[in-house]
Amino acid sequence: MTYFPEEVVEHIFDFLSSHRDRNIVSTVCKAWYRVERLSRRIVFVGNCYAVRPGRVMARFPGMKCLSVKGKPHFADFNLVPHDWGGFALPWIEAAARGCPGLEELRLKRMVVSDESLELLARSFPNFKALVLVSCEGFTTDGLAAIATHCRGLRELDLQENEVEDHGRQWLSCFPDSCTSLESLNFACLKGEVNAGALERLVARCVNLRSLKLNRAISVESLARILARTPHLVELGTGSFTVEHRAEAYQRLIHAFRKCKSLKSLSGFWDVAPRCLQSIYSICPNLTVLNLSYAPAIQGADLVKLIRHCFKLQKLWVLDCIGDKGLAVVASTCQELQELRVFPSDIYGTGTAAVTEEGLVAISSGCSKLNSLLYFCHQMTNAALITVAKNCPHFTRFRLCILDPGKPDPDTNQPLDEGFGAIVRSCKDLRRLSLSGLLTDKVFLYIGEYAARLEMLSIAFAGDSDKGMVYVLNGCKNLRKLEIRDSPFGDAALLVNVGKYETMRSLWMSSCDVTLGGCKALAAKMPRLNVEVINDRDESDEMEENPSDMHKVEKMYVYRTLAGARNDAPEFVEIL
Amino acid sequence: MEEEFRGGRPQLFDFITNGRDWSDKGGYGAAEEKNLELRLGLPGGEDWSAVQEKREHPAESAVSPGHIAKIPKSTNMSASSGAKRGCSDAVDSKPEGTLADKTTFQQQHLQQQQLGFLQLQAKGKESLHRTSGSAGLQSLEGKVCGPHAAHASSTKNTTATHSTSQSRAAAAPVVGWPPIRSFRKNLAGTAKASAESPNRRSEAEKKLENDRKGLFVKINMDGIPIGRKVDLKAYDSYEKLSLAVDELFRGLLMAAQMDLLTATTHSTKETHLISGLLDRSGEYTLVYEDDEGDKMLVGDVPWDMFVSTAKRLRVLKSSDLCASPLSPGEIRRRTNDC
Repeated sequence: MTYFPEEVVEHIFDFLSSHRDRNIVSTVCKAWYRVERLSRRIVFVGNCYAVRPGRVMARFPGMKCLSVKGKPHFADFNLVPHDWGGFALPWIEAAARGCPGLEELRLKRMVVSDESLELLARSFPNFKALVLVSCEGFTTDGLAAIATHCRGLRELDLQENEVEDHGRQWLSCFPDSCTSLESLNFACLKGEVNAGALERLVARCVNLRSLKLNRAISVESLARILARTPHLVELGTGSFTVEHRAEAYQRLIHAFRKCKSLKSLSGFWDVAPRCLQSIYSICPNLTVLNLSYAPAIQGADLVKLIRHCFKLQKLWVLDCIGDKGLAVVASTCQELQELRVFPSDIYGTGTAAVTEEGLVAISSGCSKLNSLLYFCHQMTNAALITVAKNCPHFTRFRLCILDPGKPDPDTNQPLDEGFGAIVRSCKDLRRLSLSGLLTDKVFLYIGEYAARLEMLSIAFAGDSDKGMVYVLNGCKNLRKLEIRDSPFGDAALLVNVGKYETMRSLWMSSCDVTLGGCKALAAKMPRLNVEVINDRDESDEMEENPSDMHKVEKMYVYRTLAGARNDAPEFVEIL
Repeated sequence: MEEEFRGGRPQLFDFITNGRDWSDKGGYGAAEEKNLELRLGLPGGEDWSAVQEKREHPAESAVSPGHIAKIPKSTNMSASSGAKRGCSDAVDSKPEGTLADKTTFQQQHLQQQQLGFLQLQAKGKESLHRTSGSAGLQSLEGKVCGPHAAHASSTKNTTATHSTSQSRAAAAPVVGWPPIRSFRKNLAGTAKASAESPNRRSEAEKKLENDRKGLFVKINMDGIPIGRKVDLKAYDSYEKLSLAVDELFRGLLMAAQMDLLTATTHSTKETHLISGLLDRSGEYTLVYEDDEGDKMLVGDVPWDMFVSTAKRLRVLKSSDLCASPLSPGEIRRRTNDC
């Protein structure tokens, strides 16, 4: 193969779209390594602490798109202390030095300061797309810098970030000469924006296809915006509070009718059920519908809406849709691939909204379903077995029974058999989240059958170390394992230490792992960072030198080429 | 009468009231001990101890449910008054007919306890906050609440034998559960509050919402290894905070001191051991650490500023304070700077 000229090899590599494939070909021989690294344009770093930023830039000087992920997934649920780490600045600095041709940056769960955004804005003349997901640490001042300096910006996508509001002027910072925006999403911003500036911006950006507004944008403003952007494909509405007899509402309906390309809708904060009628004209074209921010819409109104959405592929709703509503979804949305049902009644003082019946209904109607996130109050083994039979194509299956450790209410049995059926039937399962009462048996099933599983989330499950051992010894493709409140201890942690170098990371909190166990792991595996994260509050109680028998509250283990990180706060101990 | 604990010189406390002799100690009868025991229930007459046994040994049910309804509401255990009021309310609100079957009684009892917890949430949250340090209350939560709370009102019955959830999940609420992003939690709360008619439930939820946003800071006390947490949002003045701190640590301090004196006591008398926290006149002084890491004396800044900047609290021995690097004058200077 080395007889091929390099241009040909490079051309062949162009056909490799997955990072994994490119990583593998780069290990074939030195020549291929060199060709591959010089031609790689899209780089994905799954753990920002696994490699030093400078090393990435040095290896891939031609990089155009960089994706970096920071905090572990459980940070979404406040299990990771606030200043644990995951800073974007070192990456932006390194890119500014090493890859000034950078065009796209995607960051997830990282701490992004205004300073980093300002550096970003000034350092890359060809910068085109910034996507920040679940990040924090910046304010609208940082956004102003991006708007001001990134000429030719095509995409600014802010998803579920914590952004401090320093005023509404940032949007006005897009110069009049900016006409290149194709995608703008500021739905997560809490503050107001300059509505007039926004309307002018969208009017002059003729290629705008995706626009997601925040709650501060009124219906009147939305109507005016839609009138200027009839070619929108994705829309996130602002607040939808309007009197349905108001003129603005009529204008809105009219504007919606003109948007013949709309395929995706989200937003709908504060929408009154009656106002949903305004989108009936678009529903037959919708493939994506996100109503999960609209708790005021109850089952019957949701149902009326969904009956129009027969092309729907992705649906996010609150559980007030009810089992009956899900049955309507099942009969209407035959193309459904992804369903997320979020809880609307966390504190459990209301009536159960969705149960296993809703899920079974969905599975019998939507055979193409491959991605599920389902919050419910109860689940039965029988239901899960039925679902497994009906939908063998699941790649992501996340079930959250709100009551931790709850058994099958019909039989009072654990849900081992139900989840076992899922992993046996869904051979392409890549991501699984468990809940309910579960013994070690479910892990036996997972280890044996879930061959393609890459990410597993465990909470309040298992009886003994055996559970975790089954998983570590069984799932060959496991990349991320996150466990909380389960009785797994040092024996399980240390049974297969080599496994962790084949994985991105392991998270264990409120388990039975001790400090001694963590130290042993760190000693055996020098290319792992074993982080012991202490709750700050406990640091007073703990002795200066906690004994090795002391149980570790939070542990995060990840493979790394970079050694111990130097930005760890004082409550993180890296063994 | 107890004497106040003055710094430096440990004093013997006269916990045996009415001049009873210490020598009686050996002769405490079981009945008397029962009377003085820390209990979850109302220390009424003999009936109560039977109920207490019933709870601990459900197999032996010697008491009919109707009997329970007669338990008087008064109590001298202020620490868990909120909880008990909740429970007895639940009991009263569900008068039972004849129940011959022990197991159904057990289920009913647990359901009552579940309802009791719900009402606890609705009514008793204030008292919960006041007495968040009370061990008795915590064990009540541990026994009664747990996973039942989440589906107490679900239509399907969970049998009484379901208690297999992990011990860590027993106390409500569990951190980071359910696994949804914070903005989704707030979404649901605000909608329910506005959509539902003002009944007890939405009030309970509003209270829960506010409590969820409560500002819990850790508080440690010199000489006591175990720290506690206080919710600063539960108070509106320094005086109330000081009282709360006193209540929180009083029991623990007594216990620590009892160890020293190797005496036993069953006293439940109120003792104000910890006073003068704010005016530097007492044995102990309350200090706090602000968001810049500086140690400050509690009471110097307006209450609202204190709540927004305090990150943790500490009850120091006043003698230590003077010896510490931070003199009162320096502290004042620092607070004036901000």
